[in-house]
Amino acid sequence: MIYKVISKPGFTAFVDTLVSSNTSYGPRQVDTDLNGKPIYQFMPVSSSGDIAFDYTVTCSSAKHLIMPYREELSRFRFGDGNWQQEVHYDAPSIVLFGLHPCDINAINILDEVMLNGPYPSPYYLARRKNTFIVGMDHLPLPDCFCKSMNRHTVSHGFDLFCSDIGDRYFLSINSSKAYSLLKEFETSEPSEEDDRQLIERRKLIKQSFVTNVEVTGLPMFLDIEFESPIWEKWGDKCLNCGTCAMVCPSCYCYNVEEHFDTNLESSSKQRRLYSCNLVDFAQVTGGHNFRPRNGDRLKYRYYHHYRGFAINDNQPLCVGCNRCGRACLADINPKDVINDLRLENESCTTCVSPSPGRI
Amino acid sequence: MHDLRFTLTGQDLNREPFARHSPDFSKKSEVMITDRGYKCRITNIVPLSESERLFQLRIVDPCERNLFTFRPGQFLMLEVPGYGEAPISISSSASNREFIELCIRKTGHVTSGLYEARSGAFVAIRGPFGTSFPMASMQDNNVLLVAGGLGIAPLRAPLFWIRDHRDHYRNVSFLYGAKEASQLLFTYQFEEWKTVSHIDLRTIVEKPSEGWQGRTGMITSLFDDITIDPANTWAIVCGPPVMFKFVCTHLDKLGIPMNRMFVSLERRMHCGMGKCCRCMVGSTFTCLDGPVFDYWSVMNLKEAI
Repeated sequence: MIYKVISKPGFTAFVDTLVSSNTSYGPRQVDTDLNGKPIYQFMPVSSSGDIAFDYTVTCSSAKHLIMPYREELSRFRFGDGNWQQEVHYDAPSIVLFGLHPCDINAINILDEVMLNGPYPSPYYLARRKNTFIVGMDHLPLPDCFCKSMNRHTVSHGFDLFCSDIGDRYFLSINSSKAYSLLKEFETSEPSEEDDRQLIERRKLIKQSFVTNVEVTGLPMFLDIEFESPIWEKWGDKCLNCGTCAMVCPSCYCYNVEEHFDTNLESSSKQRRLYSCNLVDFAQVTGGHNFRPRNGDRLKYRYYHHYRGFAINDNQPLCVGCNRCGRACLADINPKDVINDLRLENESCTTCVSPSPGRI
Repeated sequence: MHDLRFTLTGQDLNREPFARHSPDFSKKSEVMITDRGYKCRITNIVPLSESERLFQLRIVDPCERNLFTFRPGQFLMLEVPGYGEAPISISSSASNREFIELCIRKTGHVTSGLYEARSGAFVAIRGPFGTSFPMASMQDNNVLLVAGGLGIAPLRAPLFWIRDHRDHYRNVSFLYGAKEASQLLFTYQFEEWKTVSHIDLRTIVEKPSEGWQGRTGMITSLFDDITIDPANTWAIVCGPPVMFKFVCTHLDKLGIPMNRMFVSLERRMHCGMGKCCRCMVGSTFTCLDGPVFDYWSVMNLKEAI
């Protein structure tokens, strides 16, 4: 990685050139909520003026720009009692601007899922290779818990990462693409003062976290608490709407569907992102549902995020952005669920007799 | 501004599936296409019962036909263009490289679409995917096959394997139960299995219909009829999830170790490649780590059956 420092006007000029000559997505204010606070989303941008550089958090993650909610996998053309299958891995090149460390970490996890293992996905690879990622750090919101998940910093997965140090940006350049783009702009080597300011900035970010979720040893806790009544309690609240998976930066479970085109001459096979909270997620043909209750499905989501994935990939799937908690209509958030689980477990180990709430 | 475009070619991708199977299951080294299906012609449709049919498929391209090999217990993704894909276990002989047989019940969207197809129509298959029954480890031992209802579909592949390599195995028993006598499938092959392959085949039905001469009751009552030597018997159990519990508990009581009982789990896979998570049980993918599991692993999987 190469480090450079760029002045703020110089950076604006760079961003202008970058986003105006490419299909670009960046954080934009789209509305205000009931309390008058701005709502941000990753939207198409064409100049630096469109971008909210000091945005707090977007409602949805940038996941759908790399893994679209709907993506065509292949197409069948019918004729003469036969068909031909067409497969395209083509993807447009895009620039993602202003991703926070948690979002970039989530993309790294998606890389792990889609590109490692026995069957790497060519569709994902095409999109990922054509994505230019510019990251930015930010001061955490009160409910962010990415520090607990150790995802408040990012070491790879981006092309360029910018840290705001007063009147300049400290740039971490992580690809030759980014380096050659920056060559046309005036940058300088970081001075000792710049380094000091970067360290100060890092410290400030680290100290600004309010929410802490204790995740050490969580896979084992989850195993022990598989039959815990708290799943039913939280399951009763859950509406099974799947919003959490929609906004989550690392939820990737999907459905494969096929539709005839209206002319009946072709059909399209599509991948649609799905949510394990939806009622038919584990249903098999014939009607048997392996996870019939709300609590089962909610539990499965937590197990996948904090236990199952942790075992397969040595890291939890969750990055701690708390988008699911903010978006949840029933007010369920990971912090409360995990703390509930932990508290119960602690009371158990201290009690001699089983606590009354347990069956 | 520089062009950021990257174009993907087929060579950029490592398509060789390297196994994450337990050492039991031999690694596959052939290159496998996973996003484009092999085109197959439906060469024959055999009605088996009211709601089950046996579809005989032949891969059209000779090269692809050569490439397609499978081991007993594996499944494939059957694509009915326009309708969708469904995971179907292969129920033909692994040594038969000309045809693939699939025993399919008409239940969902894809199978309904398939039932509309006539002989000569084209479908596509992807695969094979998943783990298989450890037929090599079972050599020189007794094999006990237990099937319930449609469970005979995945069980036909190991059965054919045993038929093809009969002298590698000692006593082979096959217990087969169904709700009614009319739901017993492949009855036309029973005689061949009994006399030619020397398989001790016993059937049982839950509800006897008129003219049924055989046994009536639950499948576990068939265990009283046969002698099982727990020291060198391997068991393969296929059927509805409820059956696993009863049968495997019974076999456990008889003294067969849990790691020598094999079951084939059912899930609705959407990709077959360990990506879509639809078949996930805890941290285990039924499509990669299964569908064939030993009972010990199943016991340790929560929500598995």
